[in-house]
Amino acid sequence: MNLFCVGLSHHTANVETRERFAGHAETNCILRRAGCAEALVLTTCNRVEVYGAAEARVPTKEIACCLARKTDNESREDATEFYRYEDADCAQHLFRVASGLDSMVVGETEILGQAKKAYESARASGAAGPYLHRLFQRAFRVAKQVRTHTEITRGSVSVGSVAVDLAQRIFGQLSNRKVLVLGAGETSERTARALVSRGVTDLHVSNRSSERAQELARLVGGQAVRFDDWPEQCRAIDILITSTSSETPLLTPENLAPMLRDRIDRPLFIIDIAVPRDVHPNVNEMEGVYLYDIDSLQSVAEQSLALRRQQISVAEAIIAEHVADFGKSISRKSNCKTPSTDHRALGETPLRTSEL
Amino acid sequence: MDRLLLILSTLCFLAAVVRTIVALRAGIFRPGQFNFLAIGLGFIFQTAFLSIRGHTLGRCPLTNLFEVFIFLAWSVALIYMLVGPAYRLSLMGAFTAPLVVLLQGFALITPIDVRHPVKLPANPWLEFHASISLVSYGAFALACIAAMMYLVQERQLKTHQLHSIFYHLPPLTDLFGAITRLLWWGFALYTIGLVSGFFVGRPLPYGQVVCAFGVWLLYGAILQGRHLRRLAPKHVAALCIIGFSAALTLLWGITFTAQTHPLP
Repeated sequence: MNLFCVGLSHHTANVETRERFAGHAETNCILRRAGCAEALVLTTCNRVEVYGAAEARVPTKEIACCLARKTDNESREDATEFYRYEDADCAQHLFRVASGLDSMVVGETEILGQAKKAYESARASGAAGPYLHRLFQRAFRVAKQVRTHTEITRGSVSVGSVAVDLAQRIFGQLSNRKVLVLGAGETSERTARALVSRGVTDLHVSNRSSERAQELARLVGGQAVRFDDWPEQCRAIDILITSTSSETPLLTPENLAPMLRDRIDRPLFIIDIAVPRDVHPNVNEMEGVYLYDIDSLQSVAEQSLALRRQQISVAEAIIAEHVADFGKSISRKSNCKTPSTDHRALGETPLRTSEL
Repeated sequence: MDRLLLILSTLCFLAAVVRTIVALRAGIFRPGQFNFLAIGLGFIFQTAFLSIRGHTLGRCPLTNLFEVFIFLAWSVALIYMLVGPAYRLSLMGAFTAPLVVLLQGFALITPIDVRHPVKLPANPWLEFHASISLVSYGAFALACIAAMMYLVQERQLKTHQLHSIFYHLPPLTDLFGAITRLLWWGFALYTIGLVSGFFVGRPLPYGQVVCAFGVWLLYGAILQGRHLRRLAPKHVAALCIIGFSAALTLLWGITFTAQTHPLP
């Protein structure tokens, strides 16, 4: 039995091409028309892939035709953009995909959930049999091991999540922290929502337009504060998110110093996402104040991404071990199987959802 | 036999150090049970060593600089075991093990395990004074370690340069809470040790008493500054390191004086 993977991803095709082939990814078509014994389609925003098992080689063009929105000559020509992996290479590719190594953001974990969902769907419809079961169960195991034994998922890689991550590194639990959102822009809203999702309940919103402040406060479950009153709020808050359209800095070391006088043992985390900046950079020099502007948040995100990239070789080593072991076990089982005992020969009893 | 126990204990702590260094260099350190188990096993060997030595001497094993070092290392491990699971499983263990390895390694390598002829029967007050004071040093040592971790974390947050270690250190406010708790524990134990020194029934060297009060005052001032919010957390952390250095110097001075000018 030949295991193979045919697909397109963000590495090889632009979004228009990926869209054209993700129209109606029907496994039935692949099973029927291309003559696969087993097939599974994994479709995400960054990839369209078919994993299959067949006695004879299934041409890539046949698969491409099944994936295409319209079966026409153009689709047949576009099959050149598809990549193809077979047997051990197929296993290696899937292990890399499931572990997040092939993702646009290295180490992202969403792909594992998507792979599990695709597998469960194929299993339920009967399109995935013992070969794909074995392949995907191993892939899930590898992904788990990579996440546990490497730092591939460490750190945040988007501005909003970096801000929340840093807040937790400073304060630990965020549930009893007071947050002030100054300026009710879109990025402020996203960051405020991320903080609320991590347990923040005491949230205040201040904006030049009080209607917008009230609207955002309602959306994130906070309280609106008059724009004239925000300096007073600064004495009590732990986290300040600022994104006003002010041309001059609203916070300088001079006007912040009196506010900090009574809170020497309480850190103040300032997230300044305004351009031009709302907070003078020298504020970061003040005792107990941690100021991050949009550039520094971006820089932290890049550092996290670099840390993740450093882990790729460790993850690849884990994957290589599993690929070798998987190859051996498949060939061992294949040698001793008879056509009527396909499932048992592979050591698979009826597939179990619990294994997911 | 007792030295073998000490070597085994040092190897356990060394295993925790090596594992941490290797993991940190590979960038894959994960707080786990290994360090705790290695330190726990090392602590058992330390306890067995001190117990055998105590039985042999017929008194608390604090008769020379070698034993003082081992007792201090034991106190550090004891406080680490008591300080709570949140810190046991974090990098605190990784920072604690090197200190114990240094103390025990130094004690094992240098020829300081000299048996002095016993002139007087065991004095329970003196033993209580010495042992409780050393346990307080264990708390001060861990406060010093937590302070180092705080300064590392604070520096990374200020400079926006976050290394792999950043994600393994506890949050700043939690670290500061741990420093404060350890300081209070250490201060309370040190005060008890200091007061018990007056019940020893022998005249104590004037210089030692003054220095001991100096250390007590320093830690008292740090705690007062913290309590009254006169000191920023960063300064409290820096003073913890200075305070422990002063306390160690005093300990060395006391032990050195005791060996060169033993009490009558």
